[in-house]
Amino acid sequence: MPARAGVGLKAAHYREILEMRPDVGFFEVHAENYMGAGGPPHRYLAQIRSSYALSVHGVGLSIGAARPLDAVHLRRLAGLVRRYQPALVSEHLAWSTHGRAFFNDLLPVPYHAETLAWVCGHIHQVQEALGRQLLLENPATYLAFSESTWSEPDFIAEVARRTGCGLLLDVNNVIVACTNQEWQPLRYIDAFPLHAVRQLHLAGHATDADASGRPLLIDTHDRPVSQAVWDLYARVIGRIGRRPTLIEWDQHLPSWETLHREAQQAEDILNAFDAAQGAQHAAAR
Amino acid sequence: MHSTPLKEHSMPQLGEIQRAFARALLDPQEAPVGDDPAGRPDRLRFAVYRNNVAVSLIEALEAGYPAVRRLVGEVFFRACAGRYAAQEPPRSPVMLLYGDRFADFLARFAPLADYPYLADVARIERAWLEAYHAAEAEPLAPTALAHVAAHRVGDLCFTLHPSVRIVRSTYPAVTLWRVNMSKDAPPAIHLDSGAQDALVARPGAEVQVRAVPPGAACFLDVLFHGGTLAEAAAEATSASASFDLTAHIAALLESGLVTAARLRRRRTQLPKRQSICR
Repeated sequence: MPARAGVGLKAAHYREILEMRPDVGFFEVHAENYMGAGGPPHRYLAQIRSSYALSVHGVGLSIGAARPLDAVHLRRLAGLVRRYQPALVSEHLAWSTHGRAFFNDLLPVPYHAETLAWVCGHIHQVQEALGRQLLLENPATYLAFSESTWSEPDFIAEVARRTGCGLLLDVNNVIVACTNQEWQPLRYIDAFPLHAVRQLHLAGHATDADASGRPLLIDTHDRPVSQAVWDLYARVIGRIGRRPTLIEWDQHLPSWETLHREAQQAEDILNAFDAAQGAQHAAAR
Repeated sequence: MHSTPLKEHSMPQLGEIQRAFARALLDPQEAPVGDDPAGRPDRLRFAVYRNNVAVSLIEALEAGYPAVRRLVGEVFFRACAGRYAAQEPPRSPVMLLYGDRFADFLARFAPLADYPYLADVARIERAWLEAYHAAEAEPLAPTALAHVAAHRVGDLCFTLHPSVRIVRSTYPAVTLWRVNMSKDAPPAIHLDSGAQDALVARPGAEVQVRAVPPGAACFLDVLFHGGTLAEAAAEATSASASFDLTAHIAALLESGLVTAARLRRRRTQLPKRQSICR
């Protein structure tokens, strides 16, 4: 996987991508969107995969649920990974299933010993089924649990330590969660196990307010990346160096050019890191 | 940062928290779960999750049923889709095929009682979606049957392409679907302008929807259920005297909707099935 900027692959852009062959580092797909038996999604993805690096991002495994993983769904994911051989596979620190229902959203978990045990058990099982490392993504959250006994970055660090999973640092989720929970983003990043970060996500968010008028950011993926997210991203890259970075834009899709420009902006920050490294080396000589 | 184990023991189990969370997601009367940073419950914060769940399901239905949405209008569609989603939440994390009972829901939805054709348009859209995601299969070459002796043609059983779907309607459902998929203003359609059965299939890259002549839906139904060409033809002609068997077999093969053919031995004929044609 090139440590470059990539873009979330959307059906609306399939043809344009195949005709123009834009210069992007990689494409990312939501695993569940390619779990149909056949059809155009697979036709296009197979063609695009033959020219680009790929990451697969699951949204339905429900890793944070207090119940066994859906074995059928895990087999589907393993089949998809076998078929398309992505460079990276990621999932969320969240849950989405209860009883027979699937909620189609990423729901929050309290950070305590029992959640830790469920999450680690599930990640072990996924890594075994896939025969590879899974990346776990930090969540965008809107509420807190009084039951939590760990901070979010410490909890994630412990999951990574126990399971050997890698991490997907979603910088927009950091800004959203820190605003909503009244945490300091820089302290969050200081506590986050940056050594395990294999990929980053960037996206846009909306601004709202809670019942007592506190700012409430919503992880909407429907607009350009905010300045606060770009700034924090640049600091993280300054600390850990180049990493594959995805522009996520899932709602109110813009033109391909707009998406590509966002990716180029991320790439400018990656290149600025290289330039700064080069200048440091030159100064050292 | 770690707490003592004692504190953990007094805490509700993760499963209990998720049970309460799930209940409150589905029922707005239930107390929200979770707190604001000051440790107080906050309805608006929990409402973000409620809204995310409801809106994502409505949007999944909007994506799957664009012609129905156009026919009833955006506001009505979203209200109606929200009602369906509350009754029929997804059972699978694979959302591609969410909404399999939406047409039946529309057929029973009292406010739509005066629009009985909507359910058939929804069935065409559902067939389209299933065909879009159906498995791939190599079509049988039309020449592959050249060696079958003329007197055995009636004993042929066809395997149809996995994407083939048949939707029967007593309304001009295919026309209604087609004009509401176009960007242009739809022309007036007379609901009594004739029944239309739809054949929906995706033998190649694109989903095809076409109105088929009377008898054809019967013919395909029999083949689909493993009947022979002779059995299918008998059903089709009893449903419609004008059914043109030869033209229909040729069209099926040429459009790539047959993926395999085999001869059924005459002495192992299946017991006579109940007629499935109207």
